[in-house]
Amino acid sequence: MYFEPKYECMNREDLEHLKLERLQAALTRISKNVPYYRKKFDELGIDPYDFDSLEDLSKLPVTARSDLATHAPYGLFAVPLREVVRLHGNYGLMGRSIVVGYTINDIHRWSRLSARILMAGGVGKDDVIQVAYNYGLSTSGFGMHYGAEEIGATVVPASSGNTSRQISIIQDYNVTTLVCIPSYALYLADRLDELGVNINALSLRTGLFGEEAWSEETRQEIQDRLKITAADTYALSEVMGPGVAGECLERNGMHINEDHFLPEVIDPHTLQPVEPGQPGELVITTLTKEALPLIRFRTGDLTRLIYDPCPCGRTFVRMQRITGRCDDMLTIQGVNVFPEQISLIISNIQGKTPRYQIVLERQGRLDKATVLVEADVLVPDKIKEQQRFIENIKQRLAMELGVFFQVRLVELGSMAFDGDRLIPVVDKRTF
Amino acid sequence: MLVLKNIDVFYGKVHAVKKVSLHVEQGEIVALIGGNGAGKTTLLSTISGLIKCGRGQIHFQGNQIDRHKPDRIVRAGISQVPERRLVFKPLSVEDNLLLGSYHRYSFGKSASIEQDVEEIFAMFPVLGQRRKQLAGTLSGGEQQMLSIGRALMAKPRLLLLDEPGMGLAPAVAQMIFRHVSKLRDELGVTVLLVEQNARSALKISDRGYVLETGRVMVQGTSRELMQNNDVQRAYLGRDQEAVTREPVSP
Repeated sequence: MYFEPKYECMNREDLEHLKLERLQAALTRISKNVPYYRKKFDELGIDPYDFDSLEDLSKLPVTARSDLATHAPYGLFAVPLREVVRLHGNYGLMGRSIVVGYTINDIHRWSRLSARILMAGGVGKDDVIQVAYNYGLSTSGFGMHYGAEEIGATVVPASSGNTSRQISIIQDYNVTTLVCIPSYALYLADRLDELGVNINALSLRTGLFGEEAWSEETRQEIQDRLKITAADTYALSEVMGPGVAGECLERNGMHINEDHFLPEVIDPHTLQPVEPGQPGELVITTLTKEALPLIRFRTGDLTRLIYDPCPCGRTFVRMQRITGRCDDMLTIQGVNVFPEQISLIISNIQGKTPRYQIVLERQGRLDKATVLVEADVLVPDKIKEQQRFIENIKQRLAMELGVFFQVRLVELGSMAFDGDRLIPVVDKRTF
Repeated sequence: MLVLKNIDVFYGKVHAVKKVSLHVEQGEIVALIGGNGAGKTTLLSTISGLIKCGRGQIHFQGNQIDRHKPDRIVRAGISQVPERRLVFKPLSVEDNLLLGSYHRYSFGKSASIEQDVEEIFAMFPVLGQRRKQLAGTLSGGEQQMLSIGRALMAKPRLLLLDEPGMGLAPAVAQMIFRHVSKLRDELGVTVLLVEQNARSALKISDRGYVLETGRVMVQGTSRELMQNNDVQRAYLGRDQEAVTREPVSP
């Protein structure tokens, strides 16, 4: 089942032309409307109008997350703010949050692209979809919601958390499709078992999962235990949110919506394109976004592109499931966090800079994040003051990063060292 | 159906069209909008072979046509309705139409051509009433119909329409635009439409390209273009003050 077969199954030759056409128009518009890019083109001596083929793309400069943060909030927007009908964002980098804007056209396009992904993953008009992603500043909840409505499916905006409520919704609303982060799907499976719910009596039949790295084994487990087909999706709030790429029912790589997002894979160190099909960092150029167009945005995600034709009939190139990061970004409970954000918060509290270590573990199915903070430097032996200090850090982390951390004061000796060097992040999770 | 790739057109030293790529699919109405001197008419004339492009390729139904002579391009199925209509004023309405089928004319074909003339008169009854009248005596709207009728006589698969609403009273222009939709819906003719009146053009078209100083600036479905800030500001004459967002009612 296709949502827009005209594009999803377009022959490669026409698709290449369409991409070139859109890229040329996008570059003209970007260099006219975004001073940052215009300046950058001038500096590098690039004529944005001199584009004969998609191969010329590698001449253009890359855009990093830090560029977005530096020009936050609206510096890279290509339309005046009055044209922006929606802002999403994440919890920031270098003390500034990254803000992503959408015009009304962007929102409509977002809906259609998410609809494609949902349909590729097996969702149809007759499905009842429980969206258990967080609805808020992050894009996942809204993106999937709009996509499902665009198809004409029935949406239950359950949002995240409150597991017993989620379970009663699955049972009472005859939910057929579950959309959430994969670890939460397994957590739900555990809880359903504990409650003695007969999985076969549920109406669940499909699921689309994303937002965090997961493995084939996890997929197998989700499929076996919830008795559903589980498709992988790829979302990126800076680029759009859900709707960038998703698996078809072949479940062998995610089709990138190539008519709107131009993928490249580069070597993260040399920034040169790798040979087709080789692994590297995924870089995306948006072809149709109006409010925040991005040229060669470095996603930080490691993957490789699969050019072989897919039996499902879609001609879009596929990306393999994400195998890792080429920067130090952490994904905790589905939220992206950079260690430096944590460092900024801790050093801001009470004006002192204690040493600390981040420890990530799996507690049952879910991520458990702990920050160990060096004890002796700052805290005199006063229990009340210690507790207030811990609470303070906890609150700041939860508020500014959207992740709940445990905070413990420990002696330096009980943290993990690599020789003399304190290891900043200890990730004990397995996927 | 029609694919333009990296088209550059020069008038002497003037670079009128710069690296334009676009495509038109079978059965679509595609609008090309933009201000004076944006290169819209130049682009149409390049497709019909009246002007040669400096660089780039034009493919029509799989065949490369950018080096073909205009008559061969007409035979391939592309007819242009020129700007300012350019009917042959001293000739009668009927003769104007017959000239449109000039390349089809050969011994024994006249019956089918006669029939085509009658079809044009059925589509534009007012032309039928004036079949013997000199074209120069027709009103602007009637001349536009005649110009379109003349192009249709070549039995085109793709019609290039250059500013069909120019110089016409708004109501007459609207009627012409309605006819353009009918051409697609009833005859299955694909249309590439150049128009300064962006609103009317976007209303009847499926997709559009906005040209600015010879470059494609924005492309998308007509519905998207109507909502696009750049298009609204430059071509839809939006009153910046009138559209400030209404406060949300509680």
